Amino acid sequence: MSQQNRIDGGQIDRTHKLSFSFNGKFMTGYQGDTLASALLANGQRLVGRSFKYHRPRGIFTAGSEEPNALVQLRDGAAQEPNTRATTVELFDGLVATSQNHRGSLEHDLMAANDLLSPFLSAGFYYKTFMWPKAFWEKLYEPMIRASAGLGRLSMQEDPDVYDHGYLHCDLLVIGAGPAGLSGALAAARAGLRVILADEDFTPGGRLNAETYEVDGQSGADWAASAVAELAAMDNVRIMTRTTVYGAYDHGIYGVLERCTDHLKDSAGKPRQVLWRLYTQRALLTAGATERSIAFGANDRPGIMMAGAVRTYVNRFGVAPGQKVAVFTNNDDGLRTAEDLKTKGVEITRIIDARNGDTVVNTTGRHGIHTVHLNNNRHIEADCLAVSGGWSPNVHLTCHHRDRPTWNADIAGFVPAGDLPPGMTVAGAANGAMTLAAAIVDAHTKAARIAADLGTSKAPGDPAKASDETFATAPFWHVGESKKRAWVDLQNDVTTKDVKQSHKEGFRSVEHLKRYTTLGMATDQGKTANILGLAIMAEAAGQSIQDTGTTIFRPPYNPVAIGAFAGRARGKDFRPYRLTPSHKWAEENGADFVETGNWLRAQWFKQPGEKGWRDSVDREAAQTRKSVGICDVTTLGKIDIQGSDAATFLNRIYANAFLKLPVGKVRYGLMLREDGICYDDGTTARLAENHFVMTTTTANAVTVFRNMEFARQCLWPDLDVHFISTTDGWAQFAVAGPNSRALLSKVVDDLDLSNEGFPFMACAECTVFGGTPARLFRISFSGEMAFEIAVPARFGDAMIRGLMAAGEEYDAVPYGTEALGVMRIEKGHAAGNELTGQTTAQMLGLGGMVSKKKDSVGSKLSERDGMNQDDDLRLVGFKPVDRSILLTAGAHFLTPGDPADMTHDQGWMTSVAYSPELGHSVGLGYLKRGKERIGEQVRAYSPVRNQDIMVEVCSPHHIDPEGERQRG
Amino acid sequence: MRYSALKILTQGLTGNKGWTPVWREPEPQAEYDIIVIGGGGHGLSTAYYLAKEFGEKRVAVLEKGWLGSGNIGRNTTIIRSNYLLEGNQPFYEMSLKLWEGLEQDFNYNAMVSQRGIMNLIHSDPQRDAFVRRGNAMRLSGADAVILDRDGIREKAPFLDFDNGRFPIQGAIWQPRGGTVRHDAVAWGYARGADSRGVDIIQNCEVTGFQIENGVCSGVETSKGAIKAKKVAVCVAGSSSRVMETAGMRVPIESHVLQAFVTEGLKPVIPGVITFGAGHFYVSQSDKGGLVFGGDIDGYNTYAQRGNLPVVEDVCEGGMAIMPMIGRARLLRMWGGVMDMSMDGSPFIDRTHIDGLYFNGGWCYGGFKATPASGFCYAHLLSTGSPHPTATAYRLDRFRQGRQIDEKGMGNQPNLH
Amino acid sequence: MIINHPLLGPRDAAEFVNRGDACQIDRPDGMTASMDEMHDYAYLRDNPAGEVRELWYHEQGDRSWLVVTRNTLTHEITSVEMARDVARARGRST
Repeated sequence: MSQQNRIDGGQIDRTHKLSFSFNGKFMTGYQGDTLASALLANGQRLVGRSFKYHRPRGIFTAGSEEPNALVQLRDGAAQEPNTRATTVELFDGLVATSQNHRGSLEHDLMAANDLLSPFLSAGFYYKTFMWPKAFWEKLYEPMIRASAGLGRLSMQEDPDVYDHGYLHCDLLVIGAGPAGLSGALAAARAGLRVILADEDFTPGGRLNAETYEVDGQSGADWAASAVAELAAMDNVRIMTRTTVYGAYDHGIYGVLERCTDHLKDSAGKPRQVLWRLYTQRALLTAGATERSIAFGANDRPGIMMAGAVRTYVNRFGVAPGQKVAVFTNNDDGLRTAEDLKTKGVEITRIIDARNGDTVVNTTGRHGIHTVHLNNNRHIEADCLAVSGGWSPNVHLTCHHRDRPTWNADIAGFVPAGDLPPGMTVAGAANGAMTLAAAIVDAHTKAARIAADLGTSKAPGDPAKASDETFATAPFWHVGESKKRAWVDLQNDVTTKDVKQSHKEGFRSVEHLKRYTTLGMATDQGKTANILGLAIMAEAAGQSIQDTGTTIFRPPYNPVAIGAFAGRARGKDFRPYRLTPSHKWAEENGADFVETGNWLRAQWFKQPGEKGWRDSVDREAAQTRKSVGICDVTTLGKIDIQGSDAATFLNRIYANAFLKLPVGKVRYGLMLREDGICYDDGTTARLAENHFVMTTTTANAVTVFRNMEFARQCLWPDLDVHFISTTDGWAQFAVAGPNSRALLSKVVDDLDLSNEGFPFMACAECTVFGGTPARLFRISFSGEMAFEIAVPARFGDAMIRGLMAAGEEYDAVPYGTEALGVMRIEKGHAAGNELTGQTTAQMLGLGGMVSKKKDSVGSKLSERDGMNQDDDLRLVGFKPVDRSILLTAGAHFLTPGDPADMTHDQGWMTSVAYSPELGHSVGLGYLKRGKERIGEQVRAYSPVRNQDIMVEVCSPHHIDPEGERQRG
Repeated sequence: MRYSALKILTQGLTGNKGWTPVWREPEPQAEYDIIVIGGGGHGLSTAYYLAKEFGEKRVAVLEKGWLGSGNIGRNTTIIRSNYLLEGNQPFYEMSLKLWEGLEQDFNYNAMVSQRGIMNLIHSDPQRDAFVRRGNAMRLSGADAVILDRDGIREKAPFLDFDNGRFPIQGAIWQPRGGTVRHDAVAWGYARGADSRGVDIIQNCEVTGFQIENGVCSGVETSKGAIKAKKVAVCVAGSSSRVMETAGMRVPIESHVLQAFVTEGLKPVIPGVITFGAGHFYVSQSDKGGLVFGGDIDGYNTYAQRGNLPVVEDVCEGGMAIMPMIGRARLLRMWGGVMDMSMDGSPFIDRTHIDGLYFNGGWCYGGFKATPASGFCYAHLLSTGSPHPTATAYRLDRFRQGRQIDEKGMGNQPNLH
Repeated sequence: MIINHPLLGPRDAAEFVNRGDACQIDRPDGMTASMDEMHDYAYLRDNPAGEVRELWYHEQGDRSWLVVTRNTLTHEITSVEMARDVARARGRST
């Protein structure tokens, strides 16, 4: 197809021809085109369908405010829905398709909706689809959802990568139009570190789209020279294709840079970078957005904002039509006509609302053909340029919830003054609507900021431009239009909808927005909101100021979710923590499991083992029979020192710690201040003023945090210091009857006999002839057991050494599953029991909470509600039919009681198959559990389709007297 | 005016000229039997049930801004009753049942859409906890199903089952969970209350209480003093501020929860999905936007806006389980101020001041509770005794040691 | 947000963990306090719409607890102190 609408001039590179396709049709354009300008050049007026009525739509603007020309860009996994054709830079091989139609774009079957529009007025869906009730999910909603949305996701993983970065500067200038360039020049010349950001790929803003002169040269040339001057300065960073999307606290701005969106392929480079920008000050020079006028059938392809028409003509060398009419309420409309005439485009009529002339209707099938005027005349036009005046781009000023105020002089909302701290607004964004005024305004403000920040260099002089006239007469909609007049083009909100909203009592601006969906489409009503407000104000007989405005929230323009997520996805969603024996475990058939961020071996598969149970049963059985070794490094370890260390521990733990002898370990129970059991572990006293605490893996971080709180905020003068050594020491449990024999081969010069190193003993020692180590005689499995710790760098050597030493005893490594089996057999509480709702009473540890001292949580643990007679108690369970496997999460019911929550007796917390006992065993909380040993209760698990009888027993399924661990 | 398909047809054929205001705009009377402070979802539903179920004739709702401007106007629209604890489960199940008949009840289509809610499981302990919860739900008469990976695949084949950092191992699914068009709930209740004689007074800010000798007899407002036999505070998000004027401290902190919506997309997400190894939940509205959220920002605030770290954290969670949403664009983000209570559970109770009642502390879960909260509050206000499903929501429960700590995080509101 | 750490200078708030009102420093002694006093300490907060003094912990940093004076309406931070100093000034010691 030839570029039949291409005319002379513009900032496109005609030596660089690009081919692209739209809906499978191949077309050509030039480097420097947007997809929209290239489509227009090729005479493609119809580009999409509206949301509700499926009306044919064309290109309406030349910027990111575009409501109509949304396309699906690219194909395959890179398919990108709802992409504004007006901001897409053309590249060779670009593929775009239109959205939201059934059948072809030209013959959309859903266009029938348009005929039904009388029945689809504002809020119609709130008033129907209610009968019969069952039809909503089955019929009505699927019907509605089938027509929901515009574009489509590819449903494949996003193939691109996104980066995050941090930027710092003295002054962020947002928008590189005339005001932004002027402000950036002043600030940069004065010596500030300046970042100048603009969403366009060519800085200059309206200067590239208009025929103004600045400093005696064309606006576009001046912009280019300003950019060149800035680019040459070390203290300036110019960021094009970059949107400042949000203003956050304390001078932090959210910034999105599009790095490869203008290329056919990102070739492995980051598609976009999400910058978090820290700045002392910001100068918002975001300009203004032209708004429309609501008149009959004002939505046809070919009807376009006047400023956009000038952009296409002046910047892109494209005539949006052959016969152009202009409908305006301000002098910009007249400027449009002049620019077009200069380029030799025929102007069929200038319709100036200030003279009482209006457009009441338009006709034409897939685009405008005829314009109908209020004097019953009609004229032919294939393009109608509309200008309803300009609205300052105050969006970022609202991000801290400032509500803009109405300025009658420019008929627009301007920032009210309660701006994000450090932000200054200049140029059209602040209501300085003429070129010269905007340039001077930004220069003055930037110079003042530089002075405030203490620079001494001169900001130079502002550029000179003529101060063209700016005459606008508010004009929002054509009252005599009989046809539907669109306010929000994308969401198909018409003036009738706004009026109906008022009539039905939805009169606050928030009600208007929510009831009609005005301004809630992908363009956030950038060209539409003000029309809706004005029509609502008129219906209410009040001023626009009194009607008020909704405020803008981030992001200024939509940002891809992938950009916010950055590289934290897939396996990189969170970092991995690996245990010191990880490599060895990998070599030995370990299957790993995520435990928080840790990866732990859950079992070690041996040849011939069919399922995980085979491995786990073997590991547990062999540990109890001979000896097993498990990496327990993930438990939190805190090294505590100081002359008040014991006093401190005595306040942190609910049980007594003051008199723990040196060389001994004690089990400690930690409560939250609300008296609930929070964490438990063992703490060893290595020396008078030196303790080593262990915490659960899950709570390692928060226990440490809370201890620091107690140390710094509650008892700031106690002589106690601590540091987390979780990653500093590799720690292994060596458990089983042969654990002593094994360790005797490993530990240097230490009497490990029961007399020399009894249960709950601890010592600093060396292993393998001099490697420093710490040895603890503690047991989670219930067997005679030790935990041996060495500096983490020896962890790999240690596991290999331990396994070698254990060879003669057939030592096995065991994983978290066998660890779990043995602790359930033994009746030790763990994460499944410590739910954050557990009292010491429930664990049967009520007696441990010392009443002789104050410790965190001890007082509030005494409250009545936490000490009831019928409280839950931790007990053990076994299936009455021993062949059945128990289910964790089953609820207990007294036989004969109905199965409902009122009769709930508790629940099963943990279950395991006990290879030693040959049947399944469980732990759980049962009301009055301790009194019910021997009783049979129902274990009811409807979500697991299980309903069985279980026998209540001691939680210590094996060795209840603890002889093995003391042996 | 009764709404129906026929009404839409006849109005459509006559130019939609006959629609009438959905509610009156009355001036306040000098005295009411019951004044409800707060025209958000809970306040409006309280008024609706007071009039409809309890026959109260002289009721007013006082709203500082526009009706529905509470957190009913900014939430992620999810309804569910997948609670664990005895104090909560029956209440939320009652709420879900009220949702199920709501639209026919108040003749307004709030698009109650029960497409199910799925909480993903990523570890064995999590599965055990969800089985316990599912069983508790079934014992309370609610619905709950444990899905295996194939069961999830059937409903949400687009999830990343194995490539993720925390592979998906299963899910708990409540088929009756879903979403509702949130604004329409406020409008439906307001319309229903108004038609039964409730005065809904917008732009009427309560500035103080008339309290003498431990008895509350009315309120001071920006439209003058108004007497009332009972005053019912229902201003979640502003509870501390309002109760302070009555001289009370409440076990609540104000926090911001951010929420997000994307550009409209053709339907992809079937119901509600929550990520079990991070902070992310998502549904898709009937207009096509993905509606999602995550954790609260974590610091006390009354500013209705949040900051970037949480935005990134939430989007990371989304990409972790459904990397096909990477090219969907986030269109709007907003922040709502939450009443974060000390145990994560709400209050519906009388205060120590006679005639003054309190409803608040809904944390980030108030939307789904809107019908039951209103019903139970109305029950308390009208009959003087708490509704059987809401007996645990007492203001003095912490003194008693009867906290309802669903997440087990203790007395630190920003952890709930 | 940015917290100006008294020892380390301006740091992004994401490095910190928030614990709420600094009144948590004033913990009563469990041996002498009444249950009501302990309840009020653990559960009641002023929760002002305006200036609040609150606890932040520099978890991704030097592990200092700080008392930050911040406005809950604007998020403006007007002072940052070491919590240990504040605790001592409020009479806490051993």
